[in-house]
Amino acid sequence: MHTIEKAQSTISDSALIAALNKLLNRESVLSEAEDLAPYECDGLSAYRAVPLVVALPETIEQVQDILALCYQHQVPVVARGAGTGLSGGALPHEQGVLLSLAKFKDIIELNPKQRTAKVQPGVRNLAISQAADKYGLYYAPDPSSQIACTIGGNVAENSGGVHCLKYGLTVHNIQQLKIVTIEGELLTIGGSGLDSPGYDLLALMTGSEGMLGVIVEVTVKLLPKPERAQVLLAAFDDIVKAGEAVGNIIAAGIIPAGLEMMDKLAIKAAEDFVHAGYPLDAEAILLCELDGTEEEVSEHVLRVREVLKDSGATDVRTAKDEAERLNFWAGRKAAFPAVGRISPDYYCMDGTIPRKKLPQVLKIMAELSDEYNLPVANVFHAGDGNLHPLILYDANVPGELERTEEFGGKILELCVEVGGTITGEHGVGMEKINQMCVQFNSLELQQFHAVKAAFDAQGLLNPGKAVPTLHRCAEFGAMHVHKGELPFPELERF
Amino acid sequence: MNTDISQQLQEQIQRADKEATPLRIVGGNSKAFYGCTSQLKDAETLSLAEHQGVLSYEPTELVITARAGTPLHVIEKLLADNGQMLPFEPPAYADSATIGGTIACNFSGPRRAYTGAARDFLLGCKLINGRGEILSFGGEVMKNVAGYDVSRLMAGAMGTLGVLLEVSLKVLPVPEMESTQLFQCSSIEALDKLHAWSQTPLPISASSFHQSILRVRLSGADKAVHAAMQTIGGENQADAEHYWQQLKEQQLDFFTDAQPLWRISLASDADIPELTENNCLFEWGGALRWLKSDSDNQSFGDNIQQTAAKFDGHASLFRADDKTSGHQSSRFQPLTPGLLRIHKNLKQAFDPDNILNPGRLYADI
Repeated sequence: MHTIEKAQSTISDSALIAALNKLLNRESVLSEAEDLAPYECDGLSAYRAVPLVVALPETIEQVQDILALCYQHQVPVVARGAGTGLSGGALPHEQGVLLSLAKFKDIIELNPKQRTAKVQPGVRNLAISQAADKYGLYYAPDPSSQIACTIGGNVAENSGGVHCLKYGLTVHNIQQLKIVTIEGELLTIGGSGLDSPGYDLLALMTGSEGMLGVIVEVTVKLLPKPERAQVLLAAFDDIVKAGEAVGNIIAAGIIPAGLEMMDKLAIKAAEDFVHAGYPLDAEAILLCELDGTEEEVSEHVLRVREVLKDSGATDVRTAKDEAERLNFWAGRKAAFPAVGRISPDYYCMDGTIPRKKLPQVLKIMAELSDEYNLPVANVFHAGDGNLHPLILYDANVPGELERTEEFGGKILELCVEVGGTITGEHGVGMEKINQMCVQFNSLELQQFHAVKAAFDAQGLLNPGKAVPTLHRCAEFGAMHVHKGELPFPELERF
Repeated sequence: MNTDISQQLQEQIQRADKEATPLRIVGGNSKAFYGCTSQLKDAETLSLAEHQGVLSYEPTELVITARAGTPLHVIEKLLADNGQMLPFEPPAYADSATIGGTIACNFSGPRRAYTGAARDFLLGCKLINGRGEILSFGGEVMKNVAGYDVSRLMAGAMGTLGVLLEVSLKVLPVPEMESTQLFQCSSIEALDKLHAWSQTPLPISASSFHQSILRVRLSGADKAVHAAMQTIGGENQADAEHYWQQLKEQQLDFFTDAQPLWRISLASDADIPELTENNCLFEWGGALRWLKSDSDNQSFGDNIQQTAAKFDGHASLFRADDKTSGHQSSRFQPLTPGLLRIHKNLKQAFDPDNILNPGRLYADI
């Protein structure tokens, strides 16, 4: 369900394509319907649009030329990495250029001394860790799409993963960016030191969802691989007790590398799918990973085991070997596709809440689930309060997607109400644009628009995403008053 | 103390905006030496000192929210009472230092290279922009990607984009134990050791080198620290806590003479003698160099900044008394034209009438 404003391009479609063909070789400019189809959506396949043209540059100079061309003729530009994003951030603009960074695949330099990797934006997240492995180093942020997602997209979305509580998000793990502005100017942000003079543009660019500039090079920080990682699996007969256990572990002064929770429906789906050895009779499980030196992990495993037992865990297991540790994680990492097996479709939400609000949020979500008659499986980055409720639905049932979206919107609004946020790591994109009106007031949204204008006054980069217009919020507000009737045009089906 | 003067602050800013008169933003006035104040000599003061109070602190959520004028030591004491700390180990430089000033300067101490900077732990803030609007960004949760990261943009902006009213910070448990090992070696050996160790999972939490002495602090679980002491060797330093405190607060002899002090942040492996020997002290595994110089003229400053740039870093004149400092258009490394343009545009976006701390960071913003 999306509406994007019409562009005011000053160049005809054919002239634009011809101009791009002059800048790139012909195979790198796609404008035939069958070539454009793969680009019509990202990981949020419910939202689709066919771009006017796809450009696949190979050099920074080409990116500069394309952006300068678009700037000159007021053509919208949407940058795209691997297209694994879950919020429609890379949804194309029908009158615009879809700028794919897929050809920027080189790891430019690994510097073990400085513990950095300088890479092109199209390098896959996991490929960085694989390349750094020979030095005993790795790149910490590990979104579950890490096999496929690229670092440029990670920076644009400020991606997280299961190890954020201890190791931070993308913003904590990058050191330098090269970006191209909409005018075509190449800027270097950050440096080889641990800080840079002036404003923290590195932070501002991270998570800016392609609205401020196009990322053409990223220098990430690497960390030494921990000597040892161990995981504990605890079962609970009450999900509230599992939530309390999380607080108790932290109160004991231990920051686990990963702390994940799954509810009964998610446990069952995952267990049926990958046979991770999860207890099927539990209402919730916690996976607690501890990493560090041998001694530190040994000491913390003992203490966490005690805390979990004291918190009412019905069973606590420690992975007996590396194979079992990976198996415990396999269930969690496969949770989304596992849910995909038991339902024709699912819709993944991404709110974050203060952890102490978990019982309240779970209770209201269960009530909403009954009200909308749609089951919810809960997967939860428990350590940092990031919820991923998965709403199970069937897109072939008329009206069910609309109901799902409304239900999802309610969950996000609930997250804001309890002091959290509508998105912890997936980004606003097109998907949560209306909920931005709930999280921010009009002065704050205007400030965001002013920030955007500091980089892109004409609004050509990824138009219509991330920050709603005040007009849109007024409409959304009105919609809330007359709830139920969604004033959006018919949605394309998948 | 628990006082909310945001309305009063807002009115003062709105008035200043209307009259287009600059404001000099002051918390505890502990960092008056920092940045360039030449444009603020006759400016009206906007004082945050009374805007105090911890608004929420949940040890199990690892989050604290406080008004900007809350003294740093009040926050540190409250956290310590609960076995927690500000992970970026900020210097105070005076008892009056506030949390708002600390974040506005993005000041971080010895632990920075190993756990992160002030900006890394900033989760959200409430601010007043140059139009006198009270705005909130970020929040009190660890993961939040809704909207641009305006909170982090405030860290290090020195008030030039907005006046911080409240900040929310992530905190961490105090390590179970800390111990410091000491080595006699050359600067090259020190850098080599630090780089070799940094590639292994040792629980290092601070490092410094000056005049042939390398110090390395280890933090963590008791057994882990003892094992690491065995691994890296060296001799144990007595009263190490005092040493790191003095380093952080710049009370070591190195810092206490009146010479102008340069701060150089650059690639940690830069090993040229002028940035390792004699008048230089380094920390952060080599990524931060403090350099004293009796020469304070423009060409010396330009020289240091060019050298820093060679190692992909930057240099700023951290402390110098006003009458001697010749490097006055800004004390910070000049920005490239492209970045300067973005900086000016952002200033315009937050403070269109240029009333908030004009010139404190750069002449034009």
